[in-house]
Amino acid sequence: MAQAAAVAKKPAPHRRRRGSATPRRLPYLLIAPAGLLMLGFIAYPVLSVFYYSLQDYNPTKPWRNGYAGFENFVHAFTEDPIFWDTLIFSAKWVFVEVGLQLMFGLALALIVNQTFVGRSIGRAMVFSPWAVSGVLTSAIWVLLYNSQTGITRYLADMGIGDYGTSWLSDTSTVFPAAIVADLWRGVPFFAILILADLQSVSKDLYEAAEVDGASRFKQFLHITLPHLKDAIILSTLLRAVWEFNNVDLLYTLTGGGPAGATTTLPLYIANTSVDAHNFGYASALTTVAFVILLFCSIVYLRLSKFGGDDK
Amino acid sequence: MSTTEATMTAPAPQDEAPAPQRPAKRRRAWDEVPRWQIYFPLGAYLLFTLIPFYWILLFALRKPGSTSLVPWPMTFQHFEKVWTERSFGTYFENSVYVGIATLVMTTLVALAGGYALARFNFKIKRAFMLALLCSQFVPGALLLVPLFQIFAELQMINSLGSVIIAETVFQLPLSMILISGFIRNVPYSLEEAAWVDGCNRLTAFRVIVLPMLRPGLIAVGSFAFVHSWNHFLFALMFLSNQDKQTIPVGLNSLMSADSVDLGALAAGGIIAAVPVVIVFAFIQKWLITGFSAGAVKG
Repeated sequence: MAQAAAVAKKPAPHRRRRGSATPRRLPYLLIAPAGLLMLGFIAYPVLSVFYYSLQDYNPTKPWRNGYAGFENFVHAFTEDPIFWDTLIFSAKWVFVEVGLQLMFGLALALIVNQTFVGRSIGRAMVFSPWAVSGVLTSAIWVLLYNSQTGITRYLADMGIGDYGTSWLSDTSTVFPAAIVADLWRGVPFFAILILADLQSVSKDLYEAAEVDGASRFKQFLHITLPHLKDAIILSTLLRAVWEFNNVDLLYTLTGGGPAGATTTLPLYIANTSVDAHNFGYASALTTVAFVILLFCSIVYLRLSKFGGDDK
Repeated sequence: MSTTEATMTAPAPQDEAPAPQRPAKRRRAWDEVPRWQIYFPLGAYLLFTLIPFYWILLFALRKPGSTSLVPWPMTFQHFEKVWTERSFGTYFENSVYVGIATLVMTTLVALAGGYALARFNFKIKRAFMLALLCSQFVPGALLLVPLFQIFAELQMINSLGSVIIAETVFQLPLSMILISGFIRNVPYSLEEAAWVDGCNRLTAFRVIVLPMLRPGLIAVGSFAFVHSWNHFLFALMFLSNQDKQTIPVGLNSLMSADSVDLGALAAGGIIAAVPVVIVFAFIQKWLITGFSAGAVKG
């Protein structure tokens, strides 16, 4: 609040008015609740993660606690194969999920942006899994995938595959099975955001292109896509971060198994801190995850020239 | 499905209308897509979307041990069992409480902050905006341990308050960014006109700005509700008493049991889905307008 007085000399950006005797302090008062909440429950925990990453800290082995320097980081990068496995799996998971979600989401948005009979009910049904939680998605797909009464049983009845197949407990099928389950819930997110942005494409542009004899594919390539560019960049980035961080689905669907085949880095971190109580090491891994995320995001925004060209 | 197929054959002959009519139709270029190119992929995708929903309904409504593909004869015994024996009644109450409290807190705090960001220039504004954006990269899941320690310090473990605060905090940044975007879309001159007429800032805000924010606030509020209704990890970590737990935690414990009772799991899933689907169906219209009102553009 003290800074408020410091800016007193500056001309107020907006006219002074009666009824609000303290306009210079008002914005600080307004952001104070949000600011305090975020300081206390985001900034402070983040700082404490950085602090603990340099410590040996395990409540079940207090005799070893103390300053550890970069030992945790060295251990992660040189002595912990699980760290690399889970990091690589995370990258694969994020890349495949976001790529497929974008592809299907874009296609769906283009379709439900057309005028056709049954559009609003079609939209509502297509978007509905968006609202379904990770845990509920898991519950649904556990029902679909279970070996006795799941979809494989009925496929086997029709002569496709074998009875008793469980896609979630076989290391060769668990990845596509989990990908499909998460796609089911993730595609509507892209479809909704892209549809929202499609509403703002000027119809005149298409008419002009039509007059010039541009095919529909060319119109898509030269009008629709450039218009959607920023929305696509932003939504893929947000989604990638979200897919990287989100553990609800895999935690409940596969538990990271079978045999660690679907353990992402955050899931590994959660296991390290919650089950093994190795907070120091988990904090170091968290720090690594932050840095990777931040680095990838900056590179992505640079490479994609977000907000770059004029529209 | 069969009704949509019936309608898709109907307009087909008109597509082969004689050439002279074409110039008139030209104006609606984007509408010229052949119907099958809409209905075929949409139908295929709808199958993928709806079969899982049907599957869970089927398991929830058919008798235990039945393998029929239609839920007939219908039974509600799974629902009764889950609601009472598996205490989904209590979980439901807790989830409603957490969801509504998160909605109210997120909306109010984000509205205040969003107004400041939209209408004032102040010294730490840029830094604050940057902090909001950066917080998008901070995963709640990775902060479980320090958050647990904080709530333990505050004696809030096992109280719904801890989950409400955690959910609100992680909803805030995006909500505030969205709301400040919505407020920027309301012309400042309207507010100034109200001051000239003798309103104070708060009255002007309430009378002029608030009504125009309705679609945006509905979008943000329902977002917060749905998020906290669905979110799992905070409740799992901070609430260990069974009578304090929420629906997703209850679902998870149904799934992680040694022998999963599929009927109960399906019924529990439906209980978890119903409020969210209702909210979603109700707000769908506002959601699209809410977002296209400059949300993505910031």
